[in-house]
Amino acid sequence: MSASVKIQQAPRTVAPSRPFSVWANKHRKWLFAAPAMIFVGLLIVFPLVWTVYLSLTDSRGSVRAPADFIGIGNYLTVLSDFDRFWPAVGRTVYFTFTALAVEMVLGMIIALLLWRPFRGEKWVRVAILLPLVATPVAVGMMWRLIFDPNMGFANQMLSWVGIPPQPWLSGQATALPTTIFMDIWQWTPMVVLILLAGLTSLPEETDEAARVDGANAWQRFFLVTLPLLKATVIVAILLRSIDALKTFDILYATKGKGGGSFHEVETLNVYAYGLSFDYNEYGLSSAVLIIFFLIIIGFMWILTRRRKGQD
Amino acid sequence: MSEHAIKQRRKPAGVRAYSWFRVAALTIVVLALLAPLAWLVASSLKTNVDIYDPTKTFIFVPTFENYVNVLTRNNYFVFIFNSFWVAFVSTVLSLVLGVPAAYAMSRFTMHRSALVVLMARVIPGITLLVPWYYVFSNLRMVGGFSVLILSHMFVALPLIVYIMMSYFDSMPLELEESAQVDGLTPIGAFAHITLPLSIGGMATAGILSFIFSWNNFMFALVLSGARTKTLPVAIFDFVSYASIDWGGLMAAATVVTVPIMVIALFTQKYIVSGMTAGAIK
Repeated sequence: MSASVKIQQAPRTVAPSRPFSVWANKHRKWLFAAPAMIFVGLLIVFPLVWTVYLSLTDSRGSVRAPADFIGIGNYLTVLSDFDRFWPAVGRTVYFTFTALAVEMVLGMIIALLLWRPFRGEKWVRVAILLPLVATPVAVGMMWRLIFDPNMGFANQMLSWVGIPPQPWLSGQATALPTTIFMDIWQWTPMVVLILLAGLTSLPEETDEAARVDGANAWQRFFLVTLPLLKATVIVAILLRSIDALKTFDILYATKGKGGGSFHEVETLNVYAYGLSFDYNEYGLSSAVLIIFFLIIIGFMWILTRRRKGQD
Repeated sequence: MSEHAIKQRRKPAGVRAYSWFRVAALTIVVLALLAPLAWLVASSLKTNVDIYDPTKTFIFVPTFENYVNVLTRNNYFVFIFNSFWVAFVSTVLSLVLGVPAAYAMSRFTMHRSALVVLMARVIPGITLLVPWYYVFSNLRMVGGFSVLILSHMFVALPLIVYIMMSYFDSMPLELEESAQVDGLTPIGAFAHITLPLSIGGMATAGILSFIFSWNNFMFALVLSGARTKTLPVAIFDFVSYASIDWGGLMAAATVVTVPIMVIALFTQKYIVSGMTAGAIK
């Protein structure tokens, strides 16, 4: 055995290679990983540090008038702002949790419907994929036309069944739920794909065993399938909640700056964008951004910690 | 096959009821997902007068007027090129940086390092956009392609590292090891054995990265200039304070989404595997 290896190796034995190649091979772990990490690090770490600094100043973005250091003033202003900031936090939480809850339930139902093979499966998969890859801004525009109070198809459909027209996006109370509906349309398919991948990787024997033991469909789902799928469900929740918390495209495309004239869809993301790029309130917006960042990191920490605990 | 048939015969009533229920339910799902898109395309083929006319909801004379307007009068070919160029270059560069990184992170189980890259997935883009805007405008880069490509790479890189890591994790190392026994250096084994074997994974990661970049809106909204505007930003040209050119808007929206959907249809298998990468571990 060892003899044959020697024979194979002999002709190809590398002549003492150049120093760089030796060095590179020895340190390939970091040689490979470092460029990507440095790139991401530079684009994250410096901006974050700088945002923290800005949040402690009254910067308005002007180079000529240097910003003054004002300590935690911006944070106090933001945290005592019950007109814009706290409602925006409320909307962010409402948007994220409502969208997430509906998407998880609908996604689970659709994934279960798709679980066992059937005819025409391919077509359903295509339908599921299309909303996912559609450009969110274009999707927002598309729904804007459909939900137009005067000529939209949504109200036309309501009129067929005798329901009075709804204001949808233009109503103060209905605007946010309407955008949540759009999020559900676009991103439920993502949940379906993830859960379906999880379902197809489950062993069939346990389900069969439960069937033989006389468990009905509900019992099999809640007592056998769902516990086995727990890790996948958490991954889906994690991925979806990250993106739902950050939703911007659809809100901006449908309601524009400030989340509409009454800020009816102004989430933290839209609020911070407006403060930064419409009003140049960089100091204040930086404080909002840091708070937003901490909320997201805290949220992720809770979710991933629980996940580790369950593994 | 025969086992399946036996099972079906054993409980006919329940199975048949379920399969009818399933057909009905899935039909509703497919309709709900596709009808709005059909509506988008149909509206793009209507005149602005027909869009307002409830009697022409389903039956109308299609016209390509909106498309002619969008493509000729609004510089759309430039925007299409911009979107394509930014998505293409940022995808290629992210693959160049991301694939070796994912390999090292998978091979040497550098979970903490991987977490650094994945942070980019979690942090809200807006948090970084303010400092980016400040720095890049001082460097006179805002409005150029390089800054757009950099910002889109920031989206693409974590995606590529994430997908490629789970790809390399599932790849047997024996081939690479035997290549090293045969005299290749570790980097040589990676370049000559591992990379060619991971083309499928790179295709998955590349396609998804291209789609995400094509669809990206917020970074381009702030960092692009008149010359480098991408399609999602250009759509807003059809929305003005006074009124909306609905026909033009829908044609523009169709021009943005249809190419990416066609790509998605042809590469369906890859996209699904990419989107669910690591989800079942």
